[in-house]
Amino acid sequence: MKSADRPISPHLQIYRWQLTSVLSILHRAAGIVLSAGAILLVWWLVAAASGPETYEGVANFLGSWIGLLLLFGWTASLFYHLCNGIRHLVWDTGQALDLKSTYLGGWLVVGGTALLTVIAWIAGISNWID
Amino acid sequence: MTATRMRSPLGRALGLGSAKEGVEHWWLQRITAAALVPLSVWFIIAIIRLVGADIETVRDWVSTPMPAILLVLLLIATFWHASLGLQVVIEDYVHSPLTKLGLVIVVRLGCFAFAVAGIFAVLSMAFGMTS
Repeated sequence: MKSADRPISPHLQIYRWQLTSVLSILHRAAGIVLSAGAILLVWWLVAAASGPETYEGVANFLGSWIGLLLLFGWTASLFYHLCNGIRHLVWDTGQALDLKSTYLGGWLVVGGTALLTVIAWIAGISNWID
Repeated sequence: MTATRMRSPLGRALGLGSAKEGVEHWWLQRITAAALVPLSVWFIIAIIRLVGADIETVRDWVSTPMPAILLVLLLIATFWHASLGLQVVIEDYVHSPLTKLGLVIVVRLGCFAFAVAGIFAVLSMAFGMTS
């Protein structure tokens, strides 16, 4: 059989969206975002070590709309990857692998991410205004 | 005779399987993940308290022992974990062997370089070696 004739498995868009698969792909996406965010952290640290002018530039960028948007994406990704990472570590012990638990854990992760992100930004903004 | 008995005693002791890598990658991913749970929670709280801080405040904060130590640990765990995770993503989605190898090397070296840069910045502030 030529490779072109071989039956192939349906592609991603064939399947119905479901919480478990969406959260799984989001975990990877958040991981990639966080890798970029880690570079932002190093940039900030190096700027603080370099001197007032360099630091000022970074601080101004982070305080701009683009900077704040990046920081928001970074915090949301961090809380998501953190919560879902804990879900993964629980799975690694062999627990909570049945369908009911994966959905319950999934929704807990969604709720936890939203809650923690909102709390962090309320705390951060109230600190900024002071 | 069961299938497992067909492996040599050395093969069983090493437990590396056909890929010759064993569970090291998987295991290190979990260990760095476990380390990152408390470290990232600490970091988020610390960074929220530093919102809007000027350079002097940041330097004072980094030059106290605990934040300096935890920041170095955070940088090591973060970039180690990122390197392992990005490698898996590349191995899953990049299909040309040469591009795959190249990207894995770039990610490995990049993570190492950024970790070194971050640690150097923290230590230079911690030891007051800044201008």
